Amino acid sequence: MSVTRPASSRRAHRALFFSVFSVISVVALFAGQNPPPATRNPEPGTRNPGGLDPASLLQPLGESWPTFAGDYTSRRHSSLKQINTSNVKNLSLAWMTRVLTGPRGGVPPTIIGGVGAREFTGGTIKGAVLQVGGVLYVTAPDNVWALDALDGREIWHYFWRTRGATHIGNRGVGIWRNYLFFETPDNYLVSLDAKTGTERWHVEIADFDQQYFSTPAPVVVGDHVIVGTGNDLDGPGFLQSYDPETGKLQWKFYTVPMKEGDPGLETWPNLEAARYGGGHTWMPGSYDPETKLYIFGTGNPTPAYTGVARPGDNLYTCSLIALNVDTGKMVWHYQLSPHDTHDWDTVQSPILIDARVNGKPRKLVSVAARNGYFFTVDRVTGEHIVTTKYGTYTNWAGGLNSKKAPFPAPEKEATIPGALVSPVEGGTTNWQPPAYSPDTGLFYTQEDNGFNMLYLTDPDPRGSMGLGGKMRVEVGSGGKFLTAIDPASGEVVWRRRYPNPGGGIGLLTTAGGLLFGSDGSGNFVASDAKDGTPVWHTRIGNISNAPQTYMHDGRQYVLIATGDMLWAFALY
Amino acid sequence: MSRRSQVVSTVVVALALLGANMWAQGRGGIASFPAQQRDPDDLALVARGRAVYDTECRSCHGPDLRGGERGGPNLLRSPVMLNDRSGELLQPVVQGSHKDRLSAPGLTPEDVKAVAAHIHSVLALAPGQGAPPPGPPIELKVLVGDATAGAKYFAATCASCHSPTGDLRGIGARDLGPAQLQNLWIAGGRGRGAGPALGPRPAPMTTRREATVVVTLPSGQKYEGRLERIDDFMVALTQADGTPRSFRRTGAVPKVEVRDPLEAHRNLLPVYTDKDIHDVTAYLASLK
Repeated sequence: MSVTRPASSRRAHRALFFSVFSVISVVALFAGQNPPPATRNPEPGTRNPGGLDPASLLQPLGESWPTFAGDYTSRRHSSLKQINTSNVKNLSLAWMTRVLTGPRGGVPPTIIGGVGAREFTGGTIKGAVLQVGGVLYVTAPDNVWALDALDGREIWHYFWRTRGATHIGNRGVGIWRNYLFFETPDNYLVSLDAKTGTERWHVEIADFDQQYFSTPAPVVVGDHVIVGTGNDLDGPGFLQSYDPETGKLQWKFYTVPMKEGDPGLETWPNLEAARYGGGHTWMPGSYDPETKLYIFGTGNPTPAYTGVARPGDNLYTCSLIALNVDTGKMVWHYQLSPHDTHDWDTVQSPILIDARVNGKPRKLVSVAARNGYFFTVDRVTGEHIVTTKYGTYTNWAGGLNSKKAPFPAPEKEATIPGALVSPVEGGTTNWQPPAYSPDTGLFYTQEDNGFNMLYLTDPDPRGSMGLGGKMRVEVGSGGKFLTAIDPASGEVVWRRRYPNPGGGIGLLTTAGGLLFGSDGSGNFVASDAKDGTPVWHTRIGNISNAPQTYMHDGRQYVLIATGDMLWAFALY
Repeated sequence: MSRRSQVVSTVVVALALLGANMWAQGRGGIASFPAQQRDPDDLALVARGRAVYDTECRSCHGPDLRGGERGGPNLLRSPVMLNDRSGELLQPVVQGSHKDRLSAPGLTPEDVKAVAAHIHSVLALAPGQGAPPPGPPIELKVLVGDATAGAKYFAATCASCHSPTGDLRGIGARDLGPAQLQNLWIAGGRGRGAGPALGPRPAPMTTRREATVVVTLPSGQKYEGRLERIDDFMVALTQADGTPRSFRRTGAVPKVEVRDPLEAHRNLLPVYTDKDIHDVTAYLASLK
């Protein structure tokens, strides 16, 4: 990370040094007594000493994994290199743990919370696993577990009884000192004590009856817990910030105009359409500490497929938005998909990149969007730099508007006789996090070139509602790729075809020259980050989250989930 | 079948399809509780509410509650009605901003409760993902292509594998809607998807010809059979006598040649225009 923060970073360094030092000294103490330190768990009280200092989140990603994307840049690039291109062939299983969802008792007993009467079981791990102070924090909808980072042993389990709502996934917890934060499908922000899993408080963050449902991982920035949510019915999108200590709302930013005079209203036919216009905030964003900007993407406008009821660009749906993190006020925006009519939200992780554009060093943010286009924007000003099409067969756009964003061709929207459209509804990519390596200068993403036939089934001039009004059938794929893009030019540098069009999921790069991902065939694969050549793999089944890495007790682990199983790999 | 049970079965089909295809936030998700469902109200109360709605509310809010020509907003996404339990949030609206819009006798609290029950009963038919309840069936003209142009396209592009008098004989007489026929021939089999008009999945058009593979070892020994699985690291096949075989792959060794009869279909996906597609569908629909 080339963003410099001298004073605070020195402080954070010291804090990190002392916490590492205290763990080492405890281990040394045990070493004098009996078993070998590497196989012995640290004493429970020394785990997570002092929790996570928010300032340490400004450090380059290394030993811990303290926020959704590892660090605020969303690069998913680890500075760890114990595992590298020359030794990765020896990578082997360190441990494997199966988590059990639901309220079941056991040792230790499950801590039960929630305001509903329903019990959701069977969820899978689709989010980030935080690693702080030797403890892993793992989630599935309504469930949080603390596991020992050394051997995957369960320390505690928290379960939330739900009111209902869509239980499609949970993207993980956020952490501030010793407090954890997670969102429930029935729209509560729940804070737990990180050491014990006991609940501190819960606050309602969105209206259950309006069919909001919440999946994101909260992102902690300083003394802000930033919380997004989702909804498929035509409710307005918003992002909120809560006080980590008290759970008090600090600010709420609506992504669509909510009253007369609000900016962006001119891009809707009327206030009614805007207020039911969507733009949900269901993926975590990135943060630039130099400018104090929280940068995130917004969801699709609604009704999703029947844009007839909402002529105009529909700001600020399908946009990249930069908010001042202290005030929640918008500083800039860039709309990636004006007047979307395909459910292609642009919530994909925006990656903060420092690179030269036309010979000049620039502070950039890049997004590989669900609509098949790649964008690079100046992250300080929002000035547009690059738009390219990275979806090989992406065929829906009528062209680029004056701001270089693609707009839909009417004949490639849902039509009564059917239109053949690529990508499919799920997009060229979706929630699966991309990665960037400053060593190779490449932005890595999956590239899914599915085709679907899209039919309009509700030609009502009022438009439909939510995702209604269309029928769609997937009729084949033009191939799925691991794709590397030069963020300064937007050009695809190389593509590597996945053997099967399914799967894909997220990516991780390391200073060891490696790119970790899955291949859609059940293989967990390490590739050479330079060209995507596989250098190690293991078949573990249906991979359900993005790879991560951390260092614990002198050993680098690589972590991946398959449904309710968590796997850690290391060198011996 | 009564109209109500028709509606219910349509909803069941739509729900089953949606369940198989939850896409808005990625795929394959489990939607255990697809929408915020309520316990149903008393049917007599709902019927009374429908009658009151039709006389007092329908002209502004529309017969389907999704908004009317006189500008009444869509009640199916209204925060008031989504939060209301049994008229308690509707009552102040009726007595307040709507007081002068109602007929002279006005509405009793019991009328309001009944209208709320009617609105909730319609909301309960929504299939999920924010889509509205299915309305009455509407005729959609999917078959818009030129069958003569389609015949020409077929002869030039498809005839090397398919024949209107052979495998596709009588395809237009099968019990398929034009959209289903269209999806079926483009995909070369059954596609995956969701939507209110999709209906039950059609059977494949012809006996599916499976992909085969030939694996040639460095020694020159060849193995051939039905392709079971392939990735960058292995290939698995079943030989004609039923023997399963699998081989490790390291780069280009062994030599692997896959023959997939659907490859020609996939290769056409980036090539077709929508007009080509509609023309071929019209042609195939004419093969009675």
